[in-house]
Amino acid sequence: MKRIYLDNNATTPLHPEVKKVLVDAMEVYGNPSSLHSYGREARQLVEDAREKAAKFIGAHTDDIVFTGSGSEANNTVLTTFTCQSRFCSLTAKHNAQIITTKIEHPCVLETASCLAGKGIKVAYLDVDQYGKINLEELKNSITEDTGLVSIMTANNEIGTIQDIKEISKIARSKGVLIHTDAVQAVGKIPINVNDLDVDYLTFSGHKIYGPKGTGVMYIKKGSPFCPFIRGGHQEKGRRAGTENTLGIIGTGKAIEMRVLEMEKDEKKFVEFKKLLKKGIEDNIPDIKFNGHPTDCLSNTLNVSFFGAEGEAILLYLDLEGVAVSTGSACASGSLDPSHVLLATGLSAENAHGSIRISMGRETTTDEIERVLDILPKVIKKIRDMSTAYVNKK
Amino acid sequence: MQFDDKWVYTDKLKEHFMHPKNILMDATDYKYDGSGIVGNIKCGDQMLMFIQVDKEKQTITDCKWKTYGCASAIASTSILSEMVKGMKLEDAHKISPKDITKELGGLPEHKIHCSVLGDKALRAAIDDYYAKHGMKEKIKREQSKIVCQCMNVTDEEIEHAVLEGARTFYELQEKTKIGTVCGQCKGEAESLLNKYVKEHFGN
Repeated sequence: MKRIYLDNNATTPLHPEVKKVLVDAMEVYGNPSSLHSYGREARQLVEDAREKAAKFIGAHTDDIVFTGSGSEANNTVLTTFTCQSRFCSLTAKHNAQIITTKIEHPCVLETASCLAGKGIKVAYLDVDQYGKINLEELKNSITEDTGLVSIMTANNEIGTIQDIKEISKIARSKGVLIHTDAVQAVGKIPINVNDLDVDYLTFSGHKIYGPKGTGVMYIKKGSPFCPFIRGGHQEKGRRAGTENTLGIIGTGKAIEMRVLEMEKDEKKFVEFKKLLKKGIEDNIPDIKFNGHPTDCLSNTLNVSFFGAEGEAILLYLDLEGVAVSTGSACASGSLDPSHVLLATGLSAENAHGSIRISMGRETTTDEIERVLDILPKVIKKIRDMSTAYVNKK
Repeated sequence: MQFDDKWVYTDKLKEHFMHPKNILMDATDYKYDGSGIVGNIKCGDQMLMFIQVDKEKQTITDCKWKTYGCASAIASTSILSEMVKGMKLEDAHKISPKDITKELGGLPEHKIHCSVLGDKALRAAIDDYYAKHGMKEKIKREQSKIVCQCMNVTDEEIEHAVLEGARTFYELQEKTKIGTVCGQCKGEAESLLNKYVKEHFGN
């Protein structure tokens, strides 16, 4: 059975060009910190990648730090505000308040709740039914204590894109630092750190057809920073540990390919999303699309099927070779449905019945058509046995 | 690289998930002698069971069901509906979640609550039959009250857990999984816990 991968917001397949570069890079084993030719060879490749990453988001190369993941990058930025060392320039702000949203990735939410346990005040902004924050609420939430506003650029589950530029304006006007988790945005929509005017921006290589175990952190020159991993001079002392050279080189190549392919892919996603929406709407009753109708990632479609449970949908699709994800609790090991969908006001039962289709550069028209053929049958099968669905006909 | 796909659950579960047995597709013409519904859609699981009974022999002759839930909920209801056919009512009444998970070849721990609902729905259906056929005395324990709607934990089970050593809400949760979903029942559960502790172990 030919499988269909529609879970590209979870991770992406390596770009064929990235694979080629990685194979070559495997020959380069020097430690980038070594002074000899082996080291210099590795260093050159790492710095090439840094340049690509910097250019891609309009940053200066000095402001780019490679980490082990997007989650690590986000942990690092937020944890910067916990430093209570009397030798640290941030100490004065150790009671700083952090403002974030209810729909952030768990790596931000759980870090924030950990910080709250250490005495940092954390405020969580609500979102509307489409997953957008209210800029007025943000304005009103900022107090004298506020040190950081951390808001994701695009949401992983529903694809909603926030207006980071406006958010930064508000934060700047009150002298507050701004971080955006751009893991789902970079490589999908144009991102420029100067345009967005942020202090910190984080993303990851494996969401853009690069290798896993890679993160990129932009830290604006002069913005406060405290390393998360200490004990080495790597990354100018901002992230200790011998560089993941393969990962970094792969990420650099992935970025290079994004520059070439982003626009083309975007056009395709817009087309496919229309097809998907129409196909679902026309063939499956009692559904709801989640996420913002326009300010949304084109590759992402989140939909709730009333009276059907998401894990069952996911696994019936899996048996047909189709890979998607779900906001249902049952698939996650926890018993609570997606915090993102609940935050948009979706009922728990409809959150349990949601799936996320996230397309990638390899997605084809044939695949979309096959999914549209399979999905109505799967939903009907589940609804036929459901206590929670009455066929209105 | 060879991908040896073990799937998510056991082969037996997969079979029942792919081809569920005894679903009640159309309730309009189905004559049943007892029915029971348990669970809560908000928590992601709900089961509805119907039984037909041979009144002479007091055995279950047919069992049909509907389920809103995940793969293990669907499969455990399906396998249960097969298990009970021909079974004496009193034996069916004793089926435990363990019996169902055993039949399925095992379930991951966080999925156990899916099979818990199956046996409860069945008991509810049997009790319904008893109630409708003048055998109220057979309903094992007079209408125990469900305290935790999400995990379907009754006051009786809280009492049982207390007798087994639970003294704190946390210990109660460990034994019964009570209040581990929406948590709304915490207050009531704690006061019942205290009541039973006092009742059985107080001075």
